[in-house]
Amino acid sequence: MILKGKVHKFGDDVNTDDIIAAKYLVSTDAKELGKHCMESISPDFSGKVAAGDIIVAGKNFGCGSSREHAPLAIKGCGVSAVLAKSFAAIFFRNAINIGLPFLETSDVEKIKEGDLLEIDLSGGIIKNLSQNSVYKTQSFPGFLQEIVEKGGLMKWVAAKKER
Amino acid sequence: MAYTIAEKILLAHTDKKDIRPGEFIEADVDVALGNDITAPIAIEEFKKAGFKKVFDNKKIVLVPDHFAPAKDSRSANQCKILADFAKEQNIMNYFEVGCMGIEHVLLPELGLVLPGDLVIGADSHTCTYGALGAYSTGIGSTDLARAYADGKCWLKVPASIKFIYKGKLDKWVGGKDLILFTIGKIGVDGALYKVMEFSGPVIRKLGMDDRFAMSNMAIEAGGRAGLIEPDEITKKYMAQFKRKPKYYTSDHDARYEKIYEWDVTGLEPQVACPHLPSNVKPVSQLKDIKLDQVVIGSCTNGRISDLRIAARILKGRKIKSGLKLIVIPATQKIYLECVKEGLAEIFVKAGGVFETPSCGPCLGGHMGILTDAETALATTNRNFIGRMGSPKSFVYLSNPAVAAASAITGRITHPEKA
Repeated sequence: MILKGKVHKFGDDVNTDDIIAAKYLVSTDAKELGKHCMESISPDFSGKVAAGDIIVAGKNFGCGSSREHAPLAIKGCGVSAVLAKSFAAIFFRNAINIGLPFLETSDVEKIKEGDLLEIDLSGGIIKNLSQNSVYKTQSFPGFLQEIVEKGGLMKWVAAKKER
Repeated sequence: MAYTIAEKILLAHTDKKDIRPGEFIEADVDVALGNDITAPIAIEEFKKAGFKKVFDNKKIVLVPDHFAPAKDSRSANQCKILADFAKEQNIMNYFEVGCMGIEHVLLPELGLVLPGDLVIGADSHTCTYGALGAYSTGIGSTDLARAYADGKCWLKVPASIKFIYKGKLDKWVGGKDLILFTIGKIGVDGALYKVMEFSGPVIRKLGMDDRFAMSNMAIEAGGRAGLIEPDEITKKYMAQFKRKPKYYTSDHDARYEKIYEWDVTGLEPQVACPHLPSNVKPVSQLKDIKLDQVVIGSCTNGRISDLRIAARILKGRKIKSGLKLIVIPATQKIYLECVKEGLAEIFVKAGGVFETPSCGPCLGGHMGILTDAETALATTNRNFIGRMGSPKSFVYLSNPAVAAASAITGRITHPEKA
């Protein structure tokens, strides 16, 4: 799968309260949650993000609460993928389980706000079209790749049951 | 093979003969926990995938505690989704308002988590039960849906980091200070994807409530679990329940990725400053932090010994005029104990409010939300931007003694100086 979009940059330790504040956790609807994505730290984010755009952040992205509303909100506001130096563990598994594309890369500092990126998820290749450069990342280990390819954890479990 | 306590528990919940850090496993879960925020998505996903019946109605626990008693009609709807699912699936361990308490205090209180168990919970503070010697970890709603379906969870076996605490703790210093000190040292990702194992002579003398407070905040350093090897204190605690636990300990030659060793003699009460739990300073360095609100409660410090410490300081005193003191016992049992022991009266006479069990203001839900430019000191576990309300508010974290003393003076204060 190839994803293409403009970069929105964030710093280290972006937590799940930043991604979606608790007061909005009375909904499970991704579109509704998406309207408030990143509101506490970037109040106009949902207004300026376009479908396909890419979040690029520092270390420990998604730390804090287990709320799956966080990756749902990111998906819901139209973001196609998240790149970060590292991801917090629960956010990592939630993103795998619900099929939010994300990649770990140590090259986040080279990427600038507004850059146009093209990501080849299966190959783990990130092209920065604005800077004419390429960053490589590791693809997921086999077990996780299987879940991703099935379209998320519940589809993977359902398929396993049928076998 | 030499194993850590975490590895032993994980191994016992797979069909494997050996496990290594970094390996992916499919583990059988003993308890699958959800609350009014996370379980509605799990129930929706479970049904959407075509599943009709949960794998085992005795291993599922549902606690509406975050926005309950319902703060508005949409929250009421989320709580109702849990109640309806519990009824439909004959889930006994559903706790309605009146029986309900903050999940991570309620489950150990009722003996629903045993040492040696593998517990998953769609709440990041599920790591609390590591204090009992259970492998207990936070997962997401879809993980919970999957466990409802077949009782399993995928896990990557984490490497372990050992924390050894030596020396003697000062009077007003406890589990909360040890964990804040630790997070301050290693950072909010200092144990990212690792098991934290708390050990050493200081831990061996800590009571269960202090141990729960420590394990509770393992996640604030990125830890997957915060384990304490069971000992006589654990066994004494478990003696009140009928079910038989399995006590695991780490082998003396178990592999640790890192070992930290600290002498905590003379350690002051610790305070985490805005806006990260790792932004930790000793209380004496914070002299002029004026407070609008003090919150004593939560899954970290809403237990009876926490409230006894706070009451000891507040007895016969008045809180600073204009300050709001909010005290929240974590469960109905603790609430009743506070009433019987006269603690509730002390809080109210001091000028505080004594609220019903709920997560309430800890996550900015209800029952004490901050507005712009307000500053709170809380015994809770997170002080992220906007955590307790307005993104322009400030939250400091401390132990209950510092919180009570600070409510009297209106500034962050050492308990000896109130």
